[in-house]
Amino acid sequence: MGISQNEQQSITDLVGQYQALPGGLLPLLHAIQGDIGYVPDSAVPIIAKGLNLSRAEVHGVISFYHDFKTSPVGRHSVQVCRAEACQSMGSRQLEAHVKQTLGIDYGETTADGAVTLEPVYCLGNCACSPSIRIDDAIYARVDTDRFDDLISGLSSEEGAAK
Amino acid sequence: MIFYIPQDTTALALGSESVARALQTAGIEPGRNGSRGLFWLEPLLEVETDQGRIGFGPVTAKDIPSIIDALQADPSSHELYQGEMAEIPYLKSQQRLTYARAGLGDPVCLDNYQSLNGFNGLKKALQMTGQQIVDQVKDSGLRGRGGAAFPAGIKWQTVLNCDSDQKYIVCNADEGDSGTFADRLVMEADPYQLIEGMIIAGLAVGANQGYIYLRSEYPVAHKLLNIAIERAIQVNFLGENIQGSGKTFHLEVRLGAGAYICGEETSLLESLEGKRGMVRAKPPLPAIEGLFGKPTVVNNVLTLAAISSILDQGADHYQNFGMGRSRGTLAIQLAGNIKRGGLIELAFGVTLREVVEEYGQGTYSGRPIRAIQVGGPLGAFLPESQWDTPMDYEAFAAIKAMIGHGGIVVFDDTADMAAQARFAMEFCVVESCGKCTPCRIGSVRGVEVIDRIVANENRENNLILLHELCDTMEMGSLCAMGGMTPFPVRSALAHFSSDFTGQGRGDN
Repeated sequence: MGISQNEQQSITDLVGQYQALPGGLLPLLHAIQGDIGYVPDSAVPIIAKGLNLSRAEVHGVISFYHDFKTSPVGRHSVQVCRAEACQSMGSRQLEAHVKQTLGIDYGETTADGAVTLEPVYCLGNCACSPSIRIDDAIYARVDTDRFDDLISGLSSEEGAAK
Repeated sequence: MIFYIPQDTTALALGSESVARALQTAGIEPGRNGSRGLFWLEPLLEVETDQGRIGFGPVTAKDIPSIIDALQADPSSHELYQGEMAEIPYLKSQQRLTYARAGLGDPVCLDNYQSLNGFNGLKKALQMTGQQIVDQVKDSGLRGRGGAAFPAGIKWQTVLNCDSDQKYIVCNADEGDSGTFADRLVMEADPYQLIEGMIIAGLAVGANQGYIYLRSEYPVAHKLLNIAIERAIQVNFLGENIQGSGKTFHLEVRLGAGAYICGEETSLLESLEGKRGMVRAKPPLPAIEGLFGKPTVVNNVLTLAAISSILDQGADHYQNFGMGRSRGTLAIQLAGNIKRGGLIELAFGVTLREVVEEYGQGTYSGRPIRAIQVGGPLGAFLPESQWDTPMDYEAFAAIKAMIGHGGIVVFDDTADMAAQARFAMEFCVVESCGKCTPCRIGSVRGVEVIDRIVANENRENNLILLHELCDTMEMGSLCAMGGMTPFPVRSALAHFSSDFTGQGRGDN
């Protein structure tokens, strides 16, 4: 997928900003993803050149970490915790409900581009499970009703923004 | 009257922001503290009154008007009234050293920190030689709180003894185990304590640069740590010539990217260097060749946080808590299906049953407890016959279990332990770094073999095969990921075998 000239420029600028930082590749990838929403394939050669790495090394790092996405994602990220504490409080049922409600599986984005669904292994909120994360907010004691409320909250928020 | 409503992840996740807004609507600007770790009471509203500091919880926005009314008359008449904070039994009975300040005030307020003995340990350390500091840590008996329980003083001595132009202090804040939140609570409720511990570590071994490797799942901790570091630089507790001592220490937070394996110290170092988080073979030890090949102290958040109180109150004080070779206090994190979950700091030696029954008050669902997993996803599932084991590193190792980072996840009697054993293998499939074949491939085969056992396909032979596979993983993996994934699997097989018959949850 092609990226705009602005995005290309912003990647080049970020590479310049991070290239002298010791071990700067992860902070750089976070910065690119923060800016563009994902790490486009066309960023790889620019990063490789700037950090004096091979393209294979850069690709290897991007593909190793669950956080880094290589294609555009939804406007919101929804993460459902799959770890043991949440399981003990019914997250398996919640997980099934979430997938059914959104009509997508993990790693997919809803057709309207609103939500990308991801699994997460622990949000560190294990005394009040099950937990989910929507963008940078974490929610505790999420049952199916509460999930539906949170999702309809997201859509009305988007409606208001239009 | 001063009002406090917490701003840590759990309180926010339970709606503390809307409580704060309701207070503002009523004309009250609440102080934003960290949590005390009494998560079953969150959002916990605390009010400093003439009669002491009292609590109400769990509070929602709609409770605010009635609480304000009750405060004018008789606070104890309110149904959410919890009494004086310091007298709540859950809190009062704890032995809080690391969490002594948690929840008392604004976590990033330097004045608040210093008024509660903050930086006293550092001030003492600035008057000492590196060897004297290391000796204090050795005398305290402090062992690494990340899970491996290696004596911190010995690790520090190794780094101190290295002759190098550059050394590093790395804080492992990649708290990935399910059922754990102790590191997060330190970082969100008392971040300066961690910063102080890291500076002391730098003074001790001669390192001038520190990194906190923080998991990306902790956005609130990230924000608060960065504010705290910025402020510590402003008042010269960080940076060049700290408090006129001529000593230097720089500190930076680096975010992980959602890889559980990066909580393993060598994988973490690779990640900090900007690489794939592949586990390194040891030796060389990170203490000798660590970050960028230089001598490096890698310690968990809780280990480093404990340093400030050890230096402040003395090694003997710390050493007096605990049992056997497990000295000091343990941050127990009570989680999962539990009525009163939270952070419980106690000397080593309390039994699992006391924690779960007396503090936890049983399950959240109200059903009987069936299994307890201690020490994260690589920890064993313990049946009731093992709940009287004291929480001590050696006592747990003796029953093939582990304390790990102190997380306790409780399951009620609806739990299907075959499904949990399968999940342990599945988690290893997702999170293995891929370096060791037994871990990378063995976990995939483990899922398949468990599926066949549950489907009653060639059952006896597949059970033998699963045990052999577990042996191979335990003996043939470099780190605990492959080496300990068999622990939950084998314990589920040993204690809950009737779940593996394809009929779902069984009788034992």
